[in-house]
Amino acid sequence: MAQQSLAGSRIRERRVMAGMRQAELARRVGISGSYLNLIEHNRRRIGGKLMVDIANALEVEPSLLSEGAEAALLSALREAAAVATQAMPEIERADEFAGRFPGWASLIAQLHSRQRSLEHTVATLTDRLTHDPHLATSMHEMLSIITAIRSMAGILADTKEIEPEWRNRFHRNLNEESLRLADGAQKLVAYLDAAGEGDTGMVLPIEEVEALVAAHGFQFDHLAEMSAAQLRDFIAAQSLLTTEDARAMAFVVLDRLRQDARLLPFDTVQRHLTDGPVDPVALANACAAPFGAVLRRLATLSDVLLPRPLGLVMCDGAGSMMLRKSVDGFGIPRFAGADPTWPLFQALSRPTQPLHQTITVTERGALHFECYAVAEVVGEVQINVTPLYHSFMLIVPQD
Amino acid sequence: MGRSVLVIEDEPNIIEAISFILSRDGWSVATHSNGHDAFGVVQDTMPDLVILDVMLPGKTGYDILREIRGAEGTQALPVLMLTAKGQVKDREIAERAGASRFMTKPFSNAEVLDAVRELVAG
Repeated sequence: MAQQSLAGSRIRERRVMAGMRQAELARRVGISGSYLNLIEHNRRRIGGKLMVDIANALEVEPSLLSEGAEAALLSALREAAAVATQAMPEIERADEFAGRFPGWASLIAQLHSRQRSLEHTVATLTDRLTHDPHLATSMHEMLSIITAIRSMAGILADTKEIEPEWRNRFHRNLNEESLRLADGAQKLVAYLDAAGEGDTGMVLPIEEVEALVAAHGFQFDHLAEMSAAQLRDFIAAQSLLTTEDARAMAFVVLDRLRQDARLLPFDTVQRHLTDGPVDPVALANACAAPFGAVLRRLATLSDVLLPRPLGLVMCDGAGSMMLRKSVDGFGIPRFAGADPTWPLFQALSRPTQPLHQTITVTERGALHFECYAVAEVVGEVQINVTPLYHSFMLIVPQD
Repeated sequence: MGRSVLVIEDEPNIIEAISFILSRDGWSVATHSNGHDAFGVVQDTMPDLVILDVMLPGKTGYDILREIRGAEGTQALPVLMLTAKGQVKDREIAERAGASRFMTKPFSNAEVLDAVRELVAG
């Protein structure tokens, strides 16, 4: 139903809100009650002077009656309806709803906005809690101490005959571990107290690296001809990187990106992206380039070559995210919520094997993404030593 | 020589407790606490089962597990993974890497003992 055709619903709503009887409003604007009734049920179109008179009588702006709810409100309502899991809102009647019940519609839109904001906050905090290296180390250490205490206490409680030497040993160990636990708990509380006073201490190396690559728009071709020492100088000069961990992680990421730039020049990638659909397999075969380099190069150059850039995500052998280049509609949590069936993770168990999977995201309607992944060796080749791997996934949004 | 277990874990008191429990149950227990050369120790000792912590100095338990699964002689070796992380994703990673069983800290002695017996009985 068109916006204008719902003017009657909005008049009715405003009249009711004003506590005015239909006959009273009709009298004030000089029309019959039955005619106003037809207008209020959207069976007569109105405009011009009558609309202005009714707006004046209701003490509202005429545009509020004629134009109805803002597009943003309708958009918010449709978005809220799209993510509803149990209720079945009549999406096709959103504009009618907004017109007839603007207050309720605004409330739903506000609640939906608030929900999304809180979800984002929760995701961010979860990410931080999970990836704060200090917190992770502290929790791991405390769980290990608790495990040792539980195990030793269990031995002392359940073993009927235990040699005095062993019993004394476990008692001594229990005492030591309980002291460690107390000390660890105190330090953890102090750390959390300090973290709550400001967020500067909670910035993680990966966040700094992501901020750096985002600030450069993922474009690092100018680094291609640099030596490793020059690259380190470049990284040392970046004010966004405040810790050694962040600088070390940035070196790993940028070193890889500049090597990619050497393997796959800008013009080559540009020809591929302008010739047809994104096809990393074809590009890899045409250029005899490593599949991982192709994925990274397509993702980074898509920002300057495609109207809708491609996404990229990188993780280490334990599945921890190391770099995220997001794409609309495809959430890439740093940790919690990542889907273990993504080819990004599957690639870790099939190193060097390119994988492809179509992923459908249903959070806001069905969005389809072609995802390509591969796990590559990290570091130098060593005889009889199984290498470590990093995995990369290119995310190509489909129309 | 009885059945043997290799415990790869960097917490000395966990090593000692697990060693005590398994020894009392008749197992021959060897221990190692560094990730870097752990796979070499597995190959040298060739135990009936490996208890493997995820967080180790030098190399992660996942990487060691991949080495175990990638080598012909140790491909089918039962491996019980220990970790402080119990999320679904961690289990998935452990399973994909080839873990025979995944146990989250803090676990009970009985759980460890039952898992070891079941995995070796097979």
